[in-house]
Amino acid sequence: MFDGKVISMLLEGIRDTLYMTLVSTLVGYIIGLPMGIVLNVTRETGLKPNKIIYRILDIICNVVRSIPFLILLILLIPFTRLVAGKSYGSTATIVPLVICAAPYIARVVESSLNEVDAGVIEAAKAMGASNIQIIFKVLLVEAKTSLITGATITTGILLGYSAMSGTVGGGGLGDIAVRYGYYRWQTDIMIVTVILLILIFQIIQNVGAKVSARLDHRKK
Amino acid sequence: MSIIEIKNLTKEFDVKGYTVTALDDVNLSIESGDIYGIIGMSGAGKSTLVRSINFLEKPSDGQIIVEGVDLSSLSEKELRKKRSEIGMIFQGFNLLEQKTVIDNICFPLEIAGVRKKEAKARAKELLGLVNMSEKEKAYPSQLSGGQKQRVAIARALATNPKILLCDEATSALDPQTTESILSLLKDINSKFGITIVVITHQMSVVTDICNKVAIIENGKLVEEGLVEQIFENPSTDAARELISGKPVRYSPVESLDTEKVIRIVFSENSAYEPVISNAILQFNTPINILKADTRNVGGTAKGEMLLGLPEDEALQAKIIDYLNERGLCVSEVKENV
Repeated sequence: MFDGKVISMLLEGIRDTLYMTLVSTLVGYIIGLPMGIVLNVTRETGLKPNKIIYRILDIICNVVRSIPFLILLILLIPFTRLVAGKSYGSTATIVPLVICAAPYIARVVESSLNEVDAGVIEAAKAMGASNIQIIFKVLLVEAKTSLITGATITTGILLGYSAMSGTVGGGGLGDIAVRYGYYRWQTDIMIVTVILLILIFQIIQNVGAKVSARLDHRKK
Repeated sequence: MSIIEIKNLTKEFDVKGYTVTALDDVNLSIESGDIYGIIGMSGAGKSTLVRSINFLEKPSDGQIIVEGVDLSSLSEKELRKKRSEIGMIFQGFNLLEQKTVIDNICFPLEIAGVRKKEAKARAKELLGLVNMSEKEKAYPSQLSGGQKQRVAIARALATNPKILLCDEATSALDPQTTESILSLLKDINSKFGITIVVITHQMSVVTDICNKVAIIENGKLVEEGLVEQIFENPSTDAARELISGKPVRYSPVESLDTEKVIRIVFSENSAYEPVISNAILQFNTPINILKADTRNVGGTAKGEMLLGLPEDEALQAKIIDYLNERGLCVSEVKENV
């Protein structure tokens, strides 16, 4: 059905899509995870309540998350050029993806940590645990499965966003879909890319759900 | 010297602009080796009191002195060290759900920086003590409430504390399990000499294992002393309510108000003699038994009775004397209990 050229283009598209999604998730977590921890710790009932810090992070998260991704992508072009050296291609796309993902991840992490039973934290305090020990040995450990579920959802969303960045030359499967399917009316290529995206999404979702379920000891 | 001394402890909370006094000038001293019960209705402030002992709740005023050290004089780090020397168990068990039983017990040791191998060995020893050795690799979700509390007790003992705080530790358990947990606590107290502070709203818990008791009502300490003493001769309404299990104001014997009602408490030795029958025979007058009950107070059987006496005051005095002579503890019940 397709010649070798198209197939190698699609394979490249898969590689770029995975590259963008996974790297932006990873870097997003490097920024978002500490942010989420700080949000949880500084909230009113947290380990070390601090209204000012909480409020600042809270506003940052809300502002960034309220800008639609496509607009953020365009808004950030000068910044992206500054960081990545150019504003198109898959590496450049990682910049806006990370900016978009970090506050989202911070929220997901915050809500996972908020769910940890206050009694367990109190027990750890009663044993003489420091706040740092409570964060790393209680909060993150007890919230582990919820955090993994959150990471799975985040990866799925970033997969979608990376495809969206195709509209501005972001590379990957989304880019192929836009260039061939939309500009050149090659519907067959577009359909194939969509199917590939669905497959990748399914794999991410299933792996995430399996890992999370395997690590969960709360239910028999 | 007392192991725990609470001096003028006051705790206030700000709730939406209002100040709520949870504890009001509480003074208490707990001796080493005591099983000290702190009892009160819910909302009386007893939970705040026990959480003050390890400074999970910092007092608004007053001092907490543990083994001679005023907790407010400690730095954060010193306080954490001190906390690690005070074990605590909870109504909700508060085990780490994602860790196995043995890892839960190792947890306080891990925090204290004890080497893994040593911690494991200590944890195994404790599992034996609480009779849970076969559940070493289980997760908390696979255990029953009583088993969870056993693990929590083992965990609380891991660091070899001299004090164990129990915050409503049996309130979520059924009566049989409660009994087994209480006897475990008693064992621990007698084997290791650990001072145990028991917070509860159930008088039966206090009479089962405690040697001393303090009664808290509306944030105030209203009565304290030896459990036997307070059981035999409660001097406050709060104590009477907790002993009888019902409010003083409500009384099933209200319709019998022409009688004088007395409460007698007798212990094992006096229970052999049919005292009431003998009194009836001796004075040739009816005595109305309004209520009778036996309880286990600090390991000895205590009987409790409410008696309606005849109207003749001289005769009443004679009967009371007669009962006193036989070693019974007699108290008048003004408002019917």
